[in-house]
Amino acid sequence: MKQAIRAAFPVTIPVLLGYLSIGIAFGLLFENAGYNFIWAFLMSLVVYAGAMQFIAVSFFTGGIGLIQIALMTIVINVRHIFYGLSFLDRFEGMGKKKWYMAFSLTDETYSLLCGVNVPENVDEKKFFFCVSLLNQSYWVLGSVIGSLAGSLITFNTSGMDFAMTALFIVIFIDQWKAYASHIPALIGIGSTIAALVVIGPGNLVIPSMGLIVISLMLARKQIEEKVKTVKEEEDLMP
Amino acid sequence: MILSVGESLLIIFVIAIITFGLRATPFLIFSRTGTTPKVIRYLGDALPPAVMGMLIVYCLRNVSVQDAPFGIPELLGVLTVAGLHLWKKNNLLSILGGTVLYMALIQFVFI
Repeated sequence: MKQAIRAAFPVTIPVLLGYLSIGIAFGLLFENAGYNFIWAFLMSLVVYAGAMQFIAVSFFTGGIGLIQIALMTIVINVRHIFYGLSFLDRFEGMGKKKWYMAFSLTDETYSLLCGVNVPENVDEKKFFFCVSLLNQSYWVLGSVIGSLAGSLITFNTSGMDFAMTALFIVIFIDQWKAYASHIPALIGIGSTIAALVVIGPGNLVIPSMGLIVISLMLARKQIEEKVKTVKEEEDLMP
Repeated sequence: MILSVGESLLIIFVIAIITFGLRATPFLIFSRTGTTPKVIRYLGDALPPAVMGMLIVYCLRNVSVQDAPFGIPELLGVLTVAGLHLWKKNNLLSILGGTVLYMALIQFVFI
């Protein structure tokens, strides 16, 4: 396990930067709403969803029904329904840890696990588990720090959350090289820009995700043929 | 705190259970190995590159190209990350390099 943590830590540093800065912002916000570090800790431990937790702070000011809260949670997090599809086989055989892996599949953890190369001397399952666990620990730590000491931080952290954007760009480039067809990557960017232009930045994720899945289904034949051809070419190589 | 402890706990519980439910859905539906339909397998493989593209655009969704600084800090940040990554292929270097440059740009240059 120690070896797996040692191997996983360097991979998670970008998320460490992003989660600490966003987590601190959340903790501070929650504290200002009258909820101390124990609440921030609890929320980051059992909910563990970045954007959702920020929006959730407004739920605690009263006047919002549980049904509405439930509906908003579905709307904001429904994209996560698709993330598990990429790990159906690989999380299988992880025993009870499989459910923690599913629970902790945030945007950032999903991205890291999609893009990562497991070091040769480390067990893949342990490595995956450590990446997920480390990521959540950064999030919990960040929100507690923000709650306890957010107002004391004088270092200007604005712009630090760009680490998240940078992480997605890096993994995008790796995926671009690794996946045989470039169509899915282009579909992802195109669909989201289309949704942004038509609907605006407010409710971007659901229409984008919908467009992506529909487009991927429409282009399935083309993409699968390309993947097959590339695989055959690779098999022919000595 | 306007709400009681019980009400607050209930809100957290509702959000937590729904979020976990959404993330666990694929594993609940396709739990036995070998029974996953081909189309789901295809989506699982093709989604990562598409989702990365989506997340990049999502992160930059509030950047305005019409008002100063016209998205220049973001553009330079993105180009730096991509450039460093294509050149050195080192994740950490690309991410730190781009982030430090971006922070410097919005804190000192485009104030």
